[in-house]
Amino acid sequence: MNALDISQVLMYLLLLILLTPVLGGYMHKVFSGERHFMLPVFGWLEKLTFRVTGTKPEQGMGWKSYTWSLLLFNLGGFVVLFLLQLTQNLLPLNPARLPAVSWHLALNTAVSFITNTNWQSYAGETTLSYLVQMTGLTVQNFLSAATGIAVMLALVRGIVGRSSLLGNFWADITRIILYVLLPLSVIFAVVLNAEGVIQNFSGPVTVSTLEGGKQVITMGPVASQEAIKQLGTNGGGYFNANSAHPFENPTPLTNFLEMLAILLIPAALTYTYGRMTGSLKQGYTLFTCMMVLFVAGLLVSLYAEYHMVSPAGKGLVMEGKELRFGTTGTVLWTVATTVASNGSVNGMIDSMSPLTGITAMFNIMLGEVIFGGVGSGMYGMLLFVFLTVFIAGLMVGRTPEYLGKKIEAFEVRMALAGILIPGFMILLFAAIASVSKPGLAGLNNAGPHGLSEILYAFSSAAGNNGSAFAGLNANTVFYNLALGFTMLFGRFGVIIPVMAIAGSMAVKKVTPLSVGTFRTDNLLFIILLTGVILIVGGLTFFPALSLGPLAEHILMHSAVTF
Amino acid sequence: MKTKKTTSVFTRGLILTAVKDSFSKLNPLTLVKNPVIFIVALGALLTSGIVIAGTRGGHFSSFDLQISLWLWFTVLFANFSEAIAEGRGKAQAESLRRSRTQVKARKISGDHEETVTSAMLKKGDFVICEAGDQIPSDGEVTEGIASIDESAITGESAPVIRESGGDRSAVTGGTKVISDRIIIRITSEPGNTFLDRMISLVEGAKRQKTPNEIALSNLLLGLTIIFLLAVATLPAFFLYSLKASGLPPSQNLSLPVLVSLLVCLIPTTIGGLLSAIGISGMDRLLQKNVISTSGKAIEAAGDVDVLLLDKTGTITLGNRMATDFIPDEGISAGELADTAQLASLSDETPEGRSIVVLAKEKFNLRAREVQNLRASFIPFSAQTRISGVDLFSAGGEQQRIRKGSSEAIKTFVQNNNGFYPKNIEETVAEIARSGATPLVVAKDDKVLGVIHLKDIVKGGIKQRFAELRKMGIRTVMITGDNHLTAAAIAAEAGVDDFMAEARPEDKLARIREEQKKGHLVGMIGDGTNDAPALAQADVGIAMNSGTQAAREAGNMVDLDSNPTKLIEVVETGKQLLMTRGALTTFSIANDVAKYFAIIPAIAISLYAGSNGKGPLSVLNIMNLGSPQSAILSAVIFNAIIIILLIPLALKGVRYRPVSAMEALTRNLLIFGLGGIIAPFIGIKLIDLLINL
Repeated sequence: MNALDISQVLMYLLLLILLTPVLGGYMHKVFSGERHFMLPVFGWLEKLTFRVTGTKPEQGMGWKSYTWSLLLFNLGGFVVLFLLQLTQNLLPLNPARLPAVSWHLALNTAVSFITNTNWQSYAGETTLSYLVQMTGLTVQNFLSAATGIAVMLALVRGIVGRSSLLGNFWADITRIILYVLLPLSVIFAVVLNAEGVIQNFSGPVTVSTLEGGKQVITMGPVASQEAIKQLGTNGGGYFNANSAHPFENPTPLTNFLEMLAILLIPAALTYTYGRMTGSLKQGYTLFTCMMVLFVAGLLVSLYAEYHMVSPAGKGLVMEGKELRFGTTGTVLWTVATTVASNGSVNGMIDSMSPLTGITAMFNIMLGEVIFGGVGSGMYGMLLFVFLTVFIAGLMVGRTPEYLGKKIEAFEVRMALAGILIPGFMILLFAAIASVSKPGLAGLNNAGPHGLSEILYAFSSAAGNNGSAFAGLNANTVFYNLALGFTMLFGRFGVIIPVMAIAGSMAVKKVTPLSVGTFRTDNLLFIILLTGVILIVGGLTFFPALSLGPLAEHILMHSAVTF
Repeated sequence: MKTKKTTSVFTRGLILTAVKDSFSKLNPLTLVKNPVIFIVALGALLTSGIVIAGTRGGHFSSFDLQISLWLWFTVLFANFSEAIAEGRGKAQAESLRRSRTQVKARKISGDHEETVTSAMLKKGDFVICEAGDQIPSDGEVTEGIASIDESAITGESAPVIRESGGDRSAVTGGTKVISDRIIIRITSEPGNTFLDRMISLVEGAKRQKTPNEIALSNLLLGLTIIFLLAVATLPAFFLYSLKASGLPPSQNLSLPVLVSLLVCLIPTTIGGLLSAIGISGMDRLLQKNVISTSGKAIEAAGDVDVLLLDKTGTITLGNRMATDFIPDEGISAGELADTAQLASLSDETPEGRSIVVLAKEKFNLRAREVQNLRASFIPFSAQTRISGVDLFSAGGEQQRIRKGSSEAIKTFVQNNNGFYPKNIEETVAEIARSGATPLVVAKDDKVLGVIHLKDIVKGGIKQRFAELRKMGIRTVMITGDNHLTAAAIAAEAGVDDFMAEARPEDKLARIREEQKKGHLVGMIGDGTNDAPALAQADVGIAMNSGTQAAREAGNMVDLDSNPTKLIEVVETGKQLLMTRGALTTFSIANDVAKYFAIIPAIAISLYAGSNGKGPLSVLNIMNLGSPQSAILSAVIFNAIIIILLIPLALKGVRYRPVSAMEALTRNLLIFGLGGIIAPFIGIKLIDLLINL
């Protein structure tokens, strides 16, 4: 690593730290209905939306009706996206005359986008029309991100609230999109466009290459989709090569900005959380814990990539990395996207060192709580907080409580369900895939590396990350369905328990703070929380990880590669 | 009971019974109540089956046999911990049951008496008890006064007085009348007396899981399920890896190995000890002579953050004591003391006695023989608020000596055409301001001076409150005294808050108010008028000497009737919760080491190089002898740690009155960090022993 690499990493972390309170504070104003500077710009649109849809924003919902609204909303999104794909050959804005998508791929893709996973079994430019990309994928990029934030809002209102009402889902979704996602995306899209990310409706361009061959270059409205793809921790690329493609991510500057966009909202939400709970320290505690885990993963990966062993000897290996981003730009990207449940890639994890692979996979397996997806990172982290408070809270000699509310059997059950359901899906399907014919058919690599590919695919689906190890051909009926199920359970298997906790916490009595209270805003708690995340997350997957990437890593150092 | 108690956790008889019970608890219907241990038992059964089948098939595996034996030991050890915790309660129940023999009762029906057995007594019946009789059932004295031997219940041999009306009217079935005759109204149905309930509580027959225990069981079950899945999916990943390393599928993990891994990972330590911890919490309270009607109440005691304490008896010694004589101008302190002593000679109240004692201590005045003085005594009454003595001096003239409240003495002196001096009024006001009670002494028409009567705050109580404050518990003193007096005592005792001129209904209102703010309130009380407050409080401790109503309303009964018990109860509750948390943390932290023992052991052949060792053998950081000894050591450690932790589970982790932060740091270092390190050492040692 040279000085430039180091300063890039430091600059990145610094900007993230500085922007967190700025955006976080603004979001708090939006979510709590305070006056903010976007109100004059979009206030009329909000009012119009409410009038047209008949939404009464001040009418609070209990946890059940909030959850039902959310599920219906997502079901609607699923149906639209599914049908759009099946009928794209009949619809306009399809200059490349792409045929209808197969049912299982359409199903997989629809689930993938409503769950904020953006797993790409499809190859964007050769499978989906502009219409589907714009009105299907991009719209879902907004809606699924907004859903994540809405769930977090409901949970936090439950934690700090004094009544059983958790806010109005429709009003929340409208405000999140209008005042947070849309303005940020517009600004970011313009910046990307200025830096060379394309935005047009032209058909594919055919050019002659220097060697006299012919190449078809796909065009399309990329910048607009790219912006929300990163900001909403979605990650589904316009192109199959995702952010390694020069039209999606042309320069080191766009690379840097896109990386920042990936963690921007998830990090800022910790500050919003601090504001909502009335204690910024609570928010910064979670921010610090996430930061520590993020930096730890980053250091491990950087070390691994700069000390990789390849058949060519020790040293820098550039296979699977873009020269214009360099090793640091690729590793930082990989770690940022895997902690944030953002499926975009600018390099091929498949080609990176096994330790980078473990880190990436581990980040996802921990439940996407290190910053995590927009909203989902925070509510996932809060599940770990509940668990930590319960295990450690007993040790101070009181019924465990968080922010004055008791954590009892119901919350423990729900928190465990939310944490364990994704793990359950990963282990179950990875086990099936690793011994079954259709599962093994998709593998490109042998040995422990193949196992890593399978584990990664299901972890990515369960964590709603969407990035792929690559090297696994997942567009088969088996993988499309298995991964589709895993994504659904990984998303709603967490959301429903989280909403149930929000409902039960909302009506609990608040115990006032005293020196007898178990503090959740200090260094000791950060250590505890980190420990619980690593042990509960780690213990579950350690056997599987040992047989896959860990074995591979050790073998690599004895010069055996796969 | 109190005298018979042993401080040691284990006695020979207890252990023998517990060993026997550990086997009878193998009954699947009992085992299934503890899912973690039930799974271990299933694993033990499975491996035993494999051993038997293998032996029959002619290939006996000593490794499988050893695994299977240690799995059975794990189950038995867990059963043993529960059995020994129950055993201690059972022994106490046995001694209680002996006092619950059937007795003849003299029931009043209409205008005559009939003899029935105690089992036939219904609620509302009236019975007569005389000296020597055993009281047939719980009840309330409606007529008469008697001294009663309650040693069968409290272990205290000194008899207590029970009388009709007032706050000491409750009697308990199984206790004995020593003197006098009383009429009792029966207040409980047969089979549901205090003694019956106590026996079933002590035996644990009615023990229900407490809220925190349920939450913890859920956590353990959740962890068990996920580890079950982690282990169940392992053969699939293993099969893939075998194929990839060119090994035959027949080398896949054997069931005993998988079961071993599972048992090592699921939280057997806390799972095995959980119920023992709960039972022993009740038991520890019992050793403090407090009986809790439910485990829930003990747990709630740990959560209590406001304590309502009666001033008298809890914060101050029951009585006020004379601490000073302040004479009027022209009178010597000695003369005042002498007169005051005369006035108090036959005053049997504690205040009166303290005056006699103080005069003796300060001026060496001996108590005189009262008969020689031809004195007649005027006892204190609430109406006159005055007491004293009429006597004849050596000269034969009658003297009237009085002591009493300032107002009463003023009237007395003025009636005798005397004059009530201004400086006495000032002294009186000053004493009252300091929180003490002034008692004015007069002889005929002359005021001699003032006695300073002071509430004596119990020794060490201030420090106790400071400790409570450190734990985040607020103390509120409740007194009928006026605001000035209450404030002064509150300051001296170091309570956080006080309620002056409090009536019983104020107590109830205060509890409701605190609860509304989210606090959990604990209180101790004895009188009938305490009953609503006791029922409302989250932890209400009724004194055994109190009324039946109070005993019914509270969720604990203190057999010693000692008001400071409340503090000990809170401490026991906290200790119980801490013990659970500490052992859970220990149990989960243990898993790290077990992974490092078992994973390299099972994966040694995968992707093996020329030396026969696969890449994952670098994880064998403990350098364990062989794959088999590694697995066996982990299983043995897992079983033995349960036995080793039984004393801790029964005694509870060491409790100190410190803040949450300090308690957490301490417990985390011992049980969290210790939990990670200890098994590394333990497994290595066992491995060394096995490979000797």
